[in-house]
Amino acid sequence: MPKLRMRQAVLQALDDALAEDERVIVLGEDVAVAGGPFKCTDGLLAKYGADRIIDTPISEMGFLGAAVGAAVCGLRPVVEIMFVEFAGVALDQLTTQAATMRYLSRGRLAAPLVVRASAGAGQGFGCQHSQMLDHWFRGTPGLKLCVASGGRTAYGLLRSAIDDPDPVVVLEPRLLYGVLEEVDIDRGYRIPLGSAETVKKGRDVTLLTVGAGVRIAVEAAAAANADVEVIDLLSLAPWDKAAVAESVGRTGRLVTLEEATAGGGWGGEVVATIAAAAFGALVAPPHRITLPDAPVPYNGDLEARYLPSAAYVAEQVDALVKRGRAPRPWWREVA
Amino acid sequence: MRPANAMSPTARRAILSDRLEQLVRMIEIRTVEERIQKLYVDGEVRGSTHLCSGQEAVCVGLARATRVDDVVACTYRGHGHALALGLTPLQLIGEICGRTVGCAGGLGGSMHLVEPDVGLLPTAAIVGAGLPLACGAAIAARVKRTDGVAIAVFGDGAANIGAFHESLNFAAIRALPVVFLCENNLYGEYSRINLTTPVEEISVRAAGYAMPGVVVDGQDVDAVGAAVTTAVERARAGQGPTLLETMTYRYSGHSRSDPATYRRLGELDEWLKRDPIVLFAQKLTDEGVLAKGDLDRLRDEVKDSVEQAVGEVLAAPQPARIEILSHVTANQPGPQA
Repeated sequence: MPKLRMRQAVLQALDDALAEDERVIVLGEDVAVAGGPFKCTDGLLAKYGADRIIDTPISEMGFLGAAVGAAVCGLRPVVEIMFVEFAGVALDQLTTQAATMRYLSRGRLAAPLVVRASAGAGQGFGCQHSQMLDHWFRGTPGLKLCVASGGRTAYGLLRSAIDDPDPVVVLEPRLLYGVLEEVDIDRGYRIPLGSAETVKKGRDVTLLTVGAGVRIAVEAAAAANADVEVIDLLSLAPWDKAAVAESVGRTGRLVTLEEATAGGGWGGEVVATIAAAAFGALVAPPHRITLPDAPVPYNGDLEARYLPSAAYVAEQVDALVKRGRAPRPWWREVA
Repeated sequence: MRPANAMSPTARRAILSDRLEQLVRMIEIRTVEERIQKLYVDGEVRGSTHLCSGQEAVCVGLARATRVDDVVACTYRGHGHALALGLTPLQLIGEICGRTVGCAGGLGGSMHLVEPDVGLLPTAAIVGAGLPLACGAAIAARVKRTDGVAIAVFGDGAANIGAFHESLNFAAIRALPVVFLCENNLYGEYSRINLTTPVEEISVRAAGYAMPGVVVDGQDVDAVGAAVTTAVERARAGQGPTLLETMTYRYSGHSRSDPATYRRLGELDEWLKRDPIVLFAQKLTDEGVLAKGDLDRLRDEVKDSVEQAVGEVLAAPQPARIEILSHVTANQPGPQA
């Protein structure tokens, strides 16, 4: 199988979608002439021309809003937000305009745009360029959200997002852009939005995660004493309640691994839902492994501590399985 | 009675080529706004409304100079534009009263009027939100190789929000077929323009985007129509966007809860002397289009058709509760789909 970096898989997905569907256009800062800050759009300008591959000014509200307008008028725009934090100045257009277009027109109009954004910590970009911020996009009716965890899932999710008749945000963990993965991409390959994947089967505990957390979870599962089932949730809105409930029904234990602050992470919603749905099956309280409620630190040692490592996750999972109660997070120990 | 409610929105748009119909539409807008005020007092309207009495010439001037395949992104002060573009009084009043006969089935309300058949995107309740949308509609026209034009309608208050700058800059740099139509009614919400904006004419800002900045008398429907035609033709010909400013006035406060006590005494009276309906009626009389007694007759006919719409609205059912869940995403189409 050929080896691809995640950025190449993203580029392939865009290239294939542009080739197959004239309605697809790409907009963003430096996506055309420069080929994209992360090289996810390299070469598209030469192939598809300046009407479809659009370099924009540094003005997220303007060009994300333009993508909404273009989507309503029949195109399938894919917007690149360089760092997900930059979506902050454009959120109105996504959560208030795009997400209500179908509702307010009673189905006569829709805004099928895709917002791709690089996200996440681990590379020393500091607190304003390192967040996942998925909570900005969750909880808005009409808006879908998914997170890539490598080249294959980036391709499959992005193609599904572009096909989707509603607005979709695809978060691409920046840490993974350069990671090589054996990927055999077929043009028809899709990952349905709202579907989770079981990455590793296990009997003792369900470890649920997305994005860069998947690699950590797999490593943690290998290191743990417990027999850990690892699930890549892939989509956060809507999310695959059935798959998670089924897994927890077998394992009796649920742990979420979130690159999100404790107070804002997606695990709160997942745990509340699954605790109700699989209450009778639980043999231990659901447990969330998150970031502390603090910004992402710049210093390398601190950032490594801030993010859950595989060893830490293994330790937390084993403690839960062994003692039947939730272990304390690391910051309660150092405090 | 005029058959306003029985006509399709596209047919209502088409008849605007007739000058007498332009006058009738302006009267209709005024009549509907005044009726909505009464419906609120009667407890039939929830939340807030943003009336546009005094600005009718802008609405009709824009509608008569554009096509149904042009796209209009408009604001929450949108009743007049929606009616001018083709929405029927029944669809409009129905929406404002939250009934099934409304253009959004009663789910949107006064601030969210929509009619895709005449190019009206859902009007936005966020100041400035429509400007980027219009740029996108223009991009779509270019990619699809049509000669469609997008019009962003916004108030003077929106000229201070970031979306204004970002959209004019973006449209200019790509020579997009957009007309930025500013309704300068001197007030952004409760504040007079001099308190919030260092220039009294927004159009001077066009220079910063290397696009034409045009000011017209917003109380003169012919002046507005001609200026919009020029800007639209320029956009259609691929020559790029225009910032077109219409100087106008809203007779009421910002929204229903605003009695507009901050206005200088006498300011309203000065503007009432240049009422757009009176001005246009006089012009049509001078041209011989309107005979003595015609104006009163037209007003009565419009009043009747608006009353007919109100009657139908109040007799129309409330939307079913299942509608709450419908049309959120494509796989939740709801009973109407």
